[in-house]
Amino acid sequence: MKRTDLLDLYFMENRAKLIDLAAFMDRVDRAEGDADFRYAAFKEALKELGRGDSERAKHVLLSLSDPTTEPIPAAPGKGAIGAWKT
Amino acid sequence: MRYIEPHGHMVSRTTDDYRDMVTAGCACVCEPAFWAGYDRSSVHGFYDYFCQLTDYEPKRAAKFGLPHYCWLCINPKESEDVGLAKDVIGIIPQFLDRPNVLGIGEIGLNKNSRNEMQVLEMHVDLAANHNQLILVHTPHLEDKLKGTRLILDVLKSDSRIQPERVIIDHVEEHTAQLVLDRGHWAGMTLYPESKCTGARAIDIFERFGSERLWMNSACDWGVSVPLAVPHAALEMRKRQWTAEKIDSVIYGNPIRFMSQTPKFKSPA
Repeated sequence: MKRTDLLDLYFMENRAKLIDLAAFMDRVDRAEGDADFRYAAFKEALKELGRGDSERAKHVLLSLSDPTTEPIPAAPGKGAIGAWKT
Repeated sequence: MRYIEPHGHMVSRTTDDYRDMVTAGCACVCEPAFWAGYDRSSVHGFYDYFCQLTDYEPKRAAKFGLPHYCWLCINPKESEDVGLAKDVIGIIPQFLDRPNVLGIGEIGLNKNSRNEMQVLEMHVDLAANHNQLILVHTPHLEDKLKGTRLILDVLKSDSRIQPERVIIDHVEEHTAQLVLDRGHWAGMTLYPESKCTGARAIDIFERFGSERLWMNSACDWGVSVPLAVPHAALEMRKRQWTAEKIDSVIYGNPIRFMSQTPKFKSPA
């Protein structure tokens, strides 16, 4: 598909997502409380959107991933959080 | 439109979902063994679950004219208890000859622990000993990249495993190439809040090729959409995919992978 066709298809949807993202950050910033590693990871991952290539999704996912390579001694539970806590 | 749902946890779904899937063109459904949302207390709970997957659920699907296949294992979410896992893996062979069992799955990792790794190796050994296809679950969110790498290494270390007889599911943009480069099939799961959206799955098809990729809804008891695959097919139409190309990935690809076991009968 041509770039214009893709924008015709996806621009409005992603404009809405962009505003949602901004509103989410505004909401978190307005709230009181301690710093949270998830929000720090989120803001770090946002930097990947400024990349000049077409690998943004991959690098956002990499940014939020556990970078270690060895199995952990025991599972701390069953769920995942969505961001890597060092 | 016709499609195959290659990964749906139908025991968690209602008969309305069966009706809607068949109405949308579903030609057969395949159900990997899954975590129930709570830990089963003994091997007997798994025995009953495997009976449900190999006896009761195919009959429920048949009421809607839908062939039902399954995969057996103890899910990675219950793999921290190695003793229980050994007991469960011990009863699986008695079910492998049942007509709707396609192989061992969905095995893999959840939190990437040592015990999970040990149970994964036991499952791979079971599959190799019985010449079974393998369906692999990769971990969620921040654990996916590391887990995918560990899983790939386990599979590579067993020389009996033929890469093309293994599908590694829930790939995303950061893991798809890793899986495909090892010669495995890759699955993309379409979830509203995690894993892939339809649009992203189509991106992955367009970037990495459709030769060894499939899509599934992985519908279960959580937030999931049983019609996610036909919804993605609609998105493909918007992206100017031809009907033939759409058919080749949502119908043809699952058939090509699963036909590696003679138990799988291509829908008429």
